[in-house]
Amino acid sequence: MYKKLKSAIAPYEAVGVVAAQSIGEPGTQMTMRTFHYAGVAEHVPTGLPRLIEIVDAKKEPKKPIIDIYLKKDFRSEAEAAKVARELSSVFVSDVAEVEDDLQNLTVDITYSEKDGKALGVSFAALRKVLEESSAKLRISENVITLYPKKVKPKEGEKEKEVTARSVRKLANRIKDGIVKGVRGIHRAVVVKGDGEYFVRAAGFNILGAMEHPAVDSKRIYTNNIKEIERVFGIDAARNSVLKEIKDVMDMQKLYVDTRHIMLISDAMTNSGKVRSIGRHGLSGQKVGVLGRAAFEETVKHLINAAAFSDEERLVGVTENIIVGQTVPVGTGKIRLAMSHKK
Amino acid sequence: MGATSIYLNGRLAGTHPDGDNLAKRLRERRRMNELNGQINIYYDRRLNELHIVSDKGRVRRPYIVVEGGKSRLTPEVMTRLKNGDLNWHHLVKMGIIEYLDALEEENTLVACRAEDMTEEHTHLEVDASSIFGVVAGVLPYPEHNSSPRITMACAMAKQSLGTFLTNFNLRYDTRNYVMYYPQQPMVQTSIYKALNLANKAAGQNCVVALTSYHGYNMADAIVVNKSSIDRGLLRVAMFKTYETEERLYPGGQKDKIEIPTAEVAGYRGEEAYKHLAEDGIIMPESDVGGKEVLVGKTSPPRFLEEISVFGTVEEKKRESSLALKPGEQGRVDSVLVTEGPSGNRLVKVRIRATKTPEVGDKLASRHGQKGVIGLQVPASDLPFTADGVVPDLIVNPHAIPSRMTAGHLLEMLGAKAGSFNGKLVDGSAFSGNTEEEFRASLKSIGFDEYGEEVLYDGLTGKQIKCKIFVGVCYYQRLHHLVSNKMHVRSRGPVQLLTHQPTEGRAREGGLRFGEMERDCLIGYGASMLIRERLLGESDKTVQLVCTECGSIAIHDYARNRDVCPVCESENVEPLEMSYAFKLLLDEIKSLYIFPRIMTREKG
Repeated sequence: MYKKLKSAIAPYEAVGVVAAQSIGEPGTQMTMRTFHYAGVAEHVPTGLPRLIEIVDAKKEPKKPIIDIYLKKDFRSEAEAAKVARELSSVFVSDVAEVEDDLQNLTVDITYSEKDGKALGVSFAALRKVLEESSAKLRISENVITLYPKKVKPKEGEKEKEVTARSVRKLANRIKDGIVKGVRGIHRAVVVKGDGEYFVRAAGFNILGAMEHPAVDSKRIYTNNIKEIERVFGIDAARNSVLKEIKDVMDMQKLYVDTRHIMLISDAMTNSGKVRSIGRHGLSGQKVGVLGRAAFEETVKHLINAAAFSDEERLVGVTENIIVGQTVPVGTGKIRLAMSHKK
Repeated sequence: MGATSIYLNGRLAGTHPDGDNLAKRLRERRRMNELNGQINIYYDRRLNELHIVSDKGRVRRPYIVVEGGKSRLTPEVMTRLKNGDLNWHHLVKMGIIEYLDALEEENTLVACRAEDMTEEHTHLEVDASSIFGVVAGVLPYPEHNSSPRITMACAMAKQSLGTFLTNFNLRYDTRNYVMYYPQQPMVQTSIYKALNLANKAAGQNCVVALTSYHGYNMADAIVVNKSSIDRGLLRVAMFKTYETEERLYPGGQKDKIEIPTAEVAGYRGEEAYKHLAEDGIIMPESDVGGKEVLVGKTSPPRFLEEISVFGTVEEKKRESSLALKPGEQGRVDSVLVTEGPSGNRLVKVRIRATKTPEVGDKLASRHGQKGVIGLQVPASDLPFTADGVVPDLIVNPHAIPSRMTAGHLLEMLGAKAGSFNGKLVDGSAFSGNTEEEFRASLKSIGFDEYGEEVLYDGLTGKQIKCKIFVGVCYYQRLHHLVSNKMHVRSRGPVQLLTHQPTEGRAREGGLRFGEMERDCLIGYGASMLIRERLLGESDKTVQLVCTECGSIAIHDYARNRDVCPVCESENVEPLEMSYAFKLLLDEIKSLYIFPRIMTREKG
């Protein structure tokens, strides 16, 4: 019991400031060191750029990565390679040349035997995918010609002609069509880690990847925090913020006590959604008008406060400094009370 | 390839079938003095353009012309030069030396040394060390130093105090420094001699020992011999000119230089004017200290409202004297009364002050080795050699290895040998005197060839157990003098608008307790301390606040009561706040927003 009390943080300890300083101080060294990594091709952002990405709660990281672990029977190199091939998305434009013929208002798709073989997409498979589009097909040797149909007009609408513009649109749509694999998972490769083989790919489609029978859906991981939040919920997101920040620090060989990072990830997620740190997230939701006005967009906050005749309760640190009172942290909040009994 | 476009000073002048050949022929004629030597010719092979330039503003430098791997500066020419039959200008006229600009340089292959010349070379440097500019060329042994240190030494040489001009006595510069006993360096370069800098020297040759001294020369501090300083080592005089003008004002009014009388608004008290002569101007050679008046001056009132009933302008003058800045002291060197640019009477007063080296002043050698004085020690307490030589400076040996300034050591060794021989040493880049020469010379007069000496501790008299490297090195006093920077404040002036302390030494200001410093105190939980720093030691005020409507109240002196100007209530309480906050409330009010302060009994 004594040890527990001793290790507990004292009431009104300014944990936030200490956490910020504890991460910020080694962060200054990080800025300088990341500079050396600049220019490495295909490199996932690390160091300060990545830290900013995490803290800003970006919808999608610059280089999203998904680690797909496999069920017990699929952890060999060969099996993993097979899964990787099956998961990697292949676009129509990867195996065929898509050209719009604006004179005849058709789209010509020329299948490339070489690319198709390499990516494991047969002509028949390509054909099958194309049949799903709402156009007539004509096949000659390895060329598929699409004749776009007139779209049946909805009631009250004029009949739409097939125009050069719509043909070009169709051609572009076909180029991005997926022949094989999972949308949003690209360039999957096999990686060995912790004595097992798993698949690492660019992208983050967790649900898509989980549909594959060989995928161990309990251990799938991506560096896209928002995707984790969407699929696994806020607790998972909280842990992933923690892990991602820790990874950044570890990679730079900087040591920050985990509890500081935990505080940050808690602060970012305790509302039930991942919020950024900054004007649009945490700081923008401070209670005090003066506190918000002192941070950013001063005029906006003051005008709004005036319009709704807000009250400043002086609960924050900044607010109290502005008016010249003691700050409600540390010694500023602790009071001595006298016992009247006895 | 098509015809070459010919450009004269950047304008297309015509074309020629073979630009390369034309360039060659033009250059030949220039060397034969048939074309003006200031013309430069540049052929751009890639664009097939020939540029002939005679513009002003091109930076040009001389090269020796090389033909077929042979320098045009032949031994015969050299002998004629030595005999004095020829001079530089003859060489230029003879086409032996030519000046090239940045463009024509692109068409050349320049050899640094005569030995390096091949068939392909077109030119030869006049001297290998001429690859350095004017500033770097003055540094001794740059080829033995690391390049960043050379850059730093160049930057610092420009801050050295010496003899900036020889007519300083006639000048009234705002501020300048002149060294008391400047010396030419023992180790000089050919460029130093060519520039004749020995006549405008900016440093002194100091006896330097590379060792520590009770920790007072850690981290680039330098221990200085107090006795040397007393004898004038690195002593500098500062001249500073103050000036004031009798200005004319619209309406025919005028400033007047005179001793202000006690009626004048802003009178500084009799004591401040004690040095002034009858004409209101200070006497030369008077000793002046901070805030004392140099030139007494009165100005007409700023506003003309004080017109008496009789229609005459009341002579209520303002004090506008010229005074020494606070914290400064010196002697009046000279006084100049002259006419300003607009014909007004102008008085310039030049103040002279001796700046003796003191703890905190910055010194530097010519190898990027800078340091501040850490301690002054009387010669009696400093280590001495068997011959009784006491060093002027003690530099920490840790300054050398990581910075790789071997040139510093070489200079010390060379200057030491030179001092005993009574000869200057040549430290020119690539061609100076060598370490071997110094060692032989030191050995021949019975010194340790590596420059090390047996030293005796000045405090105990005991022999120091290891030998210590002692040499002579040229040290410069740099422009950063503590006496011009030192600043303290406990109480002092505040800004009119915010009631916060002023900023900067010139305004006797405070040091900012900034955002990050504030964060640290919050992190520490020192709530009361923050309040004291940010309020008590800054812009604390007590304002009256209306407890009913929450606006700032006033004290009505006429009726002697506190009253709220908005709701006229007398329920008013004093409240402690920062003046900046009061100002914020005022600004918000100016935006037509009414902020209220809600008060409550402390409990």
